Amino acid sequence: MNKIKGFFKNFWKYRFLLQEIVRKNVKLQYRNSVLGIFWTFLQPLLTTIVLALVFGGIFGQNNKDVGCYMVYLLCGRLLYEFFTQSTKRAMRSIRLSASVIKKVYVPKYIYPLSNVLANFVTFTMSLLVLVVMVIYFKCFTDEVIIINWHVLLAIVPILILLVLSFGIGMILATLNVFFKDIEYIYEVFCMLLFYLTPIFYTVKSLGAIKIVQYGLMANPLYSIVSMFRDCVLYGQMWNWNHFMYSLGFALVTLLIGVIFFQKKQDKFILHI
Amino acid sequence: MAKTAVKVENVSILFNLSKEKVDNIKEYFIKLVTRKLHYNEFWALTDVSFEIEEGERLGILGFNGAGKSTMLKVIAGVLKPTKGSVKVNGVIAPLLELGAGFDLNYTGAENIYLYGATMGYSRKYIEERYDEIVEFSELGEFIDVPVKNYSSGMRARLGFAIATAVEPEVLILDEVLSVGDAKFRIKSENKIKSMFDKGVTVLFVSHNTAQVRRLCTKAILLDHGKIIANGEVNEVCDLYDQKVNGK
Repeated sequence: MNKIKGFFKNFWKYRFLLQEIVRKNVKLQYRNSVLGIFWTFLQPLLTTIVLALVFGGIFGQNNKDVGCYMVYLLCGRLLYEFFTQSTKRAMRSIRLSASVIKKVYVPKYIYPLSNVLANFVTFTMSLLVLVVMVIYFKCFTDEVIIINWHVLLAIVPILILLVLSFGIGMILATLNVFFKDIEYIYEVFCMLLFYLTPIFYTVKSLGAIKIVQYGLMANPLYSIVSMFRDCVLYGQMWNWNHFMYSLGFALVTLLIGVIFFQKKQDKFILHI
Repeated sequence: MAKTAVKVENVSILFNLSKEKVDNIKEYFIKLVTRKLHYNEFWALTDVSFEIEEGERLGILGFNGAGKSTMLKVIAGVLKPTKGSVKVNGVIAPLLELGAGFDLNYTGAENIYLYGATMGYSRKYIEERYDEIVEFSELGEFIDVPVKNYSSGMRARLGFAIATAVEPEVLILDEVLSVGDAKFRIKSENKIKSMFDKGVTVLFVSHNTAQVRRLCTKAILLDHGKIIANGEVNEVCDLYDQKVNGK
């Protein structure tokens, strides 16, 4: 009990550090680029257009399950991008802060946490693109987009994703201290994940056998993306199985991440 | 009776380092299979105990590899002792290798807040001392230039200015008094002396016994991870000088 109290006291003391690093990461991300912060909006927009051009013909047309294909794509891509970027940066955070960690005492989890949160800030800004796109397609085209009060619930899958990203980030950050190979392996894994998550296709449209379909559904990102689309594209309540599964998965991951990190953190200094 | 500022009790540190650094999976498996995964057990510190009272200034002497830096890392809370415990009352400001907490793409001004936060201070607290820091560092208009364009002297000056502006209770000095040009050196020694007058507790690591005699009241001498002398600064320094000349 005392340990938990000590933890919160320590966290409270270092909340400014968390703030400063989040601020730093957001500020520095686009510094020195001509368009600066506009890239937060431009990048997802442009990559979504590319995806639409490449896959639109195969998966987009005559697909009743999809609705508006551009919005369908953007939803998936935004969430996927947040997950991979934040976990990648959390993974590298401990190594990159080696010079500080070796010299000054700081609670080490601040580093993966602040990196995930900084990405979360840019992610929320990039949601503006989604808003603009939804308004455009709703007002100027006859695409089917149903917007109702369910849109407010979109915060739930986003928060689940945040927890999941932090959990995975802690695990990766710990592993990366001991084995730098993880960085390269994870890069490949993220690419695989892009194709395993229904970003540009629907599970049904694949026409795959049942077992493959279930395999795809085991991916927690699938549940999260589906819930998000239910909220902002289809205007309906999500499938509660998706909710239970992704929430459970995220919490278990968080628990594993925290325990793993906690157990190994005293050894970090000997390896970085 | 003065309060204890730092209490080090029976601290031992075991480094379990492999002979070669293994940091990728391939190497690990090759070494595991070929049974080349030797571990070198090495006690960097064995059963070290001492106390510093508030306002005392302790010099830590010893030859290279005696465990001085390890000792400071333990006190700063960076390294956990394998055995024993360390208690520190008050805020510690480590002045080890100044500027380690800087982000190179950040400007000097932004780094002041970042560095302050790394030491556990709020933005408001740093804001109050901002002008003082900028003035002491003598950076002037360069404060808005990214730190990557600074010279090492400028970086050290900024680091020193931040670390001393926050008025810590315990100050760790690790050969930092050789920072910058002669003018700044005098200025920084004066700054540290003025902190002495306010009653700051100091841990000072140096090879220079003249400097230790000048700045410290007490000293310990470390050799191969053990304390071999602990007492008045002049006695310990004499012993150290004897050892140096003896070798």
